[in-house]
Amino acid sequence: MSIRNDIRERFFPHMWCPGCGHGVILNAMLHAIERLGIRKNEIVMVSGIGCSSRISGYVDFHTLHTIHGRALAFATGVKLSRPELNLIVPMGDGDALAIGGNHFIHAARRNIDMTAIVMNNRIYGMTGGQYSPLSGEGILATTAPYRNIDQSFDVVSLATAAGASFVARSTTYHVQQLTDIIEKAIRHRGFSVVEVMSQCPTYFGRKNKEGGAVEMMKLMKDRTVPKDSKAAEEHPELIQRGIFVDKDVPEYCDQYARVIETARKGR
Amino acid sequence: MSSQPIKFIQGNEVCVEAALYAGLNFFAGYPITPSTEIAEHLSSRLPQAGGKFIQMEDEIASICAIIGASLTGNKVMTATSGPGFSLMQEALGYAIMAEIPSVIVNVQRGGPSTGLPTHVSQGDVNQARWGTHGDHAIICLTASNHPDIFTMTVEAFNMAETYRTPVILLFDEVVGHMREKLVMPEPGEMPIVERLRTSVKEGVDFHPYLPREDGRLPMSDFGGVHRYNVTGLVHDMWGFPSNSPQVAHGLLRHLVDKIQNNVHEIARYKTYETEDADCILVSYGSSARSALHVVENRRKRGEKLGLLELQTLWPFPHNIVRSVCARAEYVVVVEMNMGQVMEQVKLAVGSDQKVFLANRIDGVFINPTDIRNILRLIQGKGV
Repeated sequence: MSIRNDIRERFFPHMWCPGCGHGVILNAMLHAIERLGIRKNEIVMVSGIGCSSRISGYVDFHTLHTIHGRALAFATGVKLSRPELNLIVPMGDGDALAIGGNHFIHAARRNIDMTAIVMNNRIYGMTGGQYSPLSGEGILATTAPYRNIDQSFDVVSLATAAGASFVARSTTYHVQQLTDIIEKAIRHRGFSVVEVMSQCPTYFGRKNKEGGAVEMMKLMKDRTVPKDSKAAEEHPELIQRGIFVDKDVPEYCDQYARVIETARKGR
Repeated sequence: MSSQPIKFIQGNEVCVEAALYAGLNFFAGYPITPSTEIAEHLSSRLPQAGGKFIQMEDEIASICAIIGASLTGNKVMTATSGPGFSLMQEALGYAIMAEIPSVIVNVQRGGPSTGLPTHVSQGDVNQARWGTHGDHAIICLTASNHPDIFTMTVEAFNMAETYRTPVILLFDEVVGHMREKLVMPEPGEMPIVERLRTSVKEGVDFHPYLPREDGRLPMSDFGGVHRYNVTGLVHDMWGFPSNSPQVAHGLLRHLVDKIQNNVHEIARYKTYETEDADCILVSYGSSARSALHVVENRRKRGEKLGLLELQTLWPFPHNIVRSVCARAEYVVVVEMNMGQVMEQVKLAVGSDQKVFLANRIDGVFINPTDIRNILRLIQGKGV
């Protein structure tokens, strides 16, 4: 079956800028879903606010376009009340880790079964190019005209420390790897985090003289190495790609089913 | 005589019992005084009934989680107090915009800010109305005693499902923590409204945001056969974002009209000795108990005093207040704030001169003597 079946074609062409990485992520996500063979009625996609979050409008699933930063909280309500549904939560870097940082760490701590996809383009695109918690020191943004002094989060370390049972990172350059990782993340039972390094040529690339989409994707190729590779050992300054955590931890809805069992015995 | 148990319990527990009676099966919350007992009791009662309780990381997450759960077909509730209610405002607006049936309890405490956590106030009347941004309508109910807390809580769920809207239950610290008798209604004794679900078959175009002629919108559960979009943006009849002025106008009118056109259906109130009264007290929540005491006490002494107790605060029942107060010489609004309901009463009565305020704003429960002192001032008798 073609992935065209999974999109709402009447909303295309999409609203993303030419060269934006988000379309690549959408593509990888849809291919992963196709491979998994999940029925459309069993998927709920919840997003927040921002360029990334417009994804929910483009896909033919049950879709919930929420308020800024709170996608994981909405998704928690959906998942806990209907544990049989597959929850996929695409978020931007601000959505997931600035305004939504608290929900991110607590969803990871609970290990509730959903797939959080952090579409990290290191900038606030929809509001026109302000720095994000993933921008990193030294970058230029409309709110960092003298260069950014905020340290960046490392999404992988943060998600791991907060207790996510599946944590991975890839980029829009490495589409095959990305698709594989998203497939594994959705299959994983527990809270899965996939950080996808993505390019925003319009606001990040232009301001920081990284060139257009092609140049930015090449930079992602050059600046990342496979996890545990020889290259990673020799160049610790490079960013690692791959699956960092994949462990079996009791899942929240399963645990809650046991709470119900205990409560009913006590009656 | 009811065979149901007679209970001697707290107001917050009555709210819990009533919510379960109404069919609550999903609660998300974050503890805050003086609403905490609602979360505590539900954490034990809901799983016994097969429902779900979750303590979220904050109040924002709590209201977001119940919105998500409501979309899958559950009856949902969260409970909080002043500061937590402030945090919920953005998502409350979302629930209004996306038309999500839900019940939000605010057991009021003193404010602003963290204010007086363990003391009484009725300072959130206007926050309930206008706390979230943008033009909208809202339903906000209250109660002054245990049987009424039960009734209004069940009504809140019924109205939420009928009008596809969040409904606010605005209690106060005194009714929340007060203990008194409750006779539980029998199952079936009170009507329970279930949400209208669409009869549109799978594969046929379903319009989640196309109102029927009566203004109601049948829903389809997330996870069911109809896949649609839910958003806080202005949206068309399929739920997809739209910038069209016609769509924006139509949606906003619908959101306001579905409630404003039904003020008479939504208005709940009680009158005590108002027919021949030349002075009418208007009150609600716990302060209505002191007001009632004054009416009963002064009637015995021949004073023509009456009480209008409001149980629906929003949409404000202006017509009812106007007609009940029409022949009164004085109208005295009794509330524990700076006159939030008084402003509406003035609008209703149409005269600034005959409307007065009997209030306390110090975290201390307004007692009959406080009200009596104001009445003496108004009547020119001194204190």
